[in-house]
Amino acid sequence: MSTSIKSNDPFWWTLFGAGGALSAMLVPMLLFLTGVATPLGWVEGPSFDSVATVLLHPITRLVAFALISLSLFHWAHRFRFTLYDGLQLKHLYQLIAVICYGSAIFGSLIAAYVLWPM
Amino acid sequence: MSYTLHHPKWHRDSKPIFWWILRWAYIRFIFRELTSVAIAYFAVLLVLIYRAVQSGPEAYAALMGSLAHPVMITISLFALGAVLYHSITWFNLSPKAMVVRLGRFRVPDLMIAGGNYAAWFVISGIIAWAYVTG
Repeated sequence: MSTSIKSNDPFWWTLFGAGGALSAMLVPMLLFLTGVATPLGWVEGPSFDSVATVLLHPITRLVAFALISLSLFHWAHRFRFTLYDGLQLKHLYQLIAVICYGSAIFGSLIAAYVLWPM
Repeated sequence: MSYTLHHPKWHRDSKPIFWWILRWAYIRFIFRELTSVAIAYFAVLLVLIYRAVQSGPEAYAALMGSLAHPVMITISLFALGAVLYHSITWFNLSPKAMVVRLGRFRVPDLMIAGGNYAAWFVISGIIAWAYVTG
């Protein structure tokens, strides 16, 4: 039971793996800075203008979208198997898969809409 | 499985829902899987940050202000612990998923995990530097 990865679907697994790797590299420091260090006053956050300049740069937008979307698929895959194994819901196999991956797809669409407003 | 229409059901021991509480290794396994919730939380937060930045300085300041609420700081601290655990378990497992061969030489596990950690530290350092000097 020490390994969680037992999907036989390489497509979802690839998204899960890419999201796991990208989020492992980027999220801890970003979350520490925005969610902990700045609110507690340990560091002074950058000015709005520089935040806007960096975040709205086309390359940053692409990286941010990849991070958001792949992170959601990473969550979907792990959460799906947590529900199967952790809560013994194997009989709801298809429903859970549709809800988890559907949420990730829906979230990615919203992210694309927010990042590239019409 | 239409070809086994009248096949008897497989025997399965029914387990209680909280079967994983019984062993420390199982608890760690479930906790590792649940770190993905913290990853998804940050993904949502990043979308909210983008929306606020595009709405203007007031919206951005309001979002940053709400992140300073004690409840939000508590959530961030829990999420931070989870994403750190995600990174560490991910990098430690990376040699198992990524077997690199150079000719007949197989790159040792320690070098692959070490390379991941090195990249992590460098990337985190760049992000922190850009954020603090930005």
